[in-house]
Amino acid sequence: MAEVIVSRKIYVLVWLALMILTGLTAAISFVNLGTWSAPVAIGIASVKVLLVALFFMHLRYTQSKIVWVWAIAGIFWLTILFCLSMTDYITRGYLRVPGK
Amino acid sequence: MPAESSHANVVAGHAGSIAVPPHALRHHFADLEQQRETATLGMWVFLITEVMFFGGMFAAYLVYRVAYPVAFQEASQHMAFLAGTVNTAVLICSSLFVACAVHAAQTGERKQIVFFLILALLLGMVFLGIKAVEYHDHWVEHTVPGASFQFQGTDPVHSEVFFALYFVMTGFHALHMLIGVGLVAVIIYFAWQGRYSPAYHTPVENVGLYWHFVDIIWIFLYPLLYLISHKHIY
Repeated sequence: MAEVIVSRKIYVLVWLALMILTGLTAAISFVNLGTWSAPVAIGIASVKVLLVALFFMHLRYTQSKIVWVWAIAGIFWLTILFCLSMTDYITRGYLRVPGK
Repeated sequence: MPAESSHANVVAGHAGSIAVPPHALRHHFADLEQQRETATLGMWVFLITEVMFFGGMFAAYLVYRVAYPVAFQEASQHMAFLAGTVNTAVLICSSLFVACAVHAAQTGERKQIVFFLILALLLGMVFLGIKAVEYHDHWVEHTVPGASFQFQGTDPVHSEVFFALYFVMTGFHALHMLIGVGLVAVIIYFAWQGRYSPAYHTPVENVGLYWHFVDIIWIFLYPLLYLISHKHIY
């Protein structure tokens, strides 16, 4: 399993995409999208992070599957952290507690 | 077999075979390939623990943001939008230079490793400089949480929570940047000494992974802290 050398051209293309996405998210923040503002901004940030992880961090080129397992485990545990926390905080007002 | 590792080893997979300096391979690894993969995996495991460390703060942000959207929006209007945007671009450029430095290490161009890492180091310092100016402005405007916090808004108490989260999250991020700058400085020194070759450059790669990770944290901090201010959340 030899090490893969990524060409400098790909790095520059990824950099260009990251800069364009940064400009895009900054520009979009001036537009009122109502409820969709936050999801759009987070969506663009997620695409940027994916680009950094896949190309700059070589995830796309790694031949070791266990690195992928760890990367996905990180996302998995973060999802548990966010989702289980929010199922508590969002639903607190659903049932009226007498005296509260 | 200590005698074995003291001899020059040979690694396959690159164009031809490359002699490996004796300091490169640790005695408990079979070969450089195994050592490199182990080190990379170890770095990823460390970075995932870092993801969980920052994840806790992002979860706290999420809980308060959902509970007090208006207070957060008003507080965010006091953020330096331009400084945050410029800093995002600065970090993305520094990540490109670090990626180029790793490329140079893989192809064995010693001077290019040093050149690109110095560029990344300088951009890291530019980031920290801009951050310091921002912190100073918050101090002058009394938007630092604590006894002297002053805020004109509908819900100053929870706007203060936004600023508390802002300082904790960007503070820990800046601490990681400081550590990154220090690590890059060390790698520049070793690279200049000619310690890295196409066969052995794991430290360059792993410091690169760390740098990109710190970049990733900022990519999420930027929209959450700076971009919710333009009168249109939720």
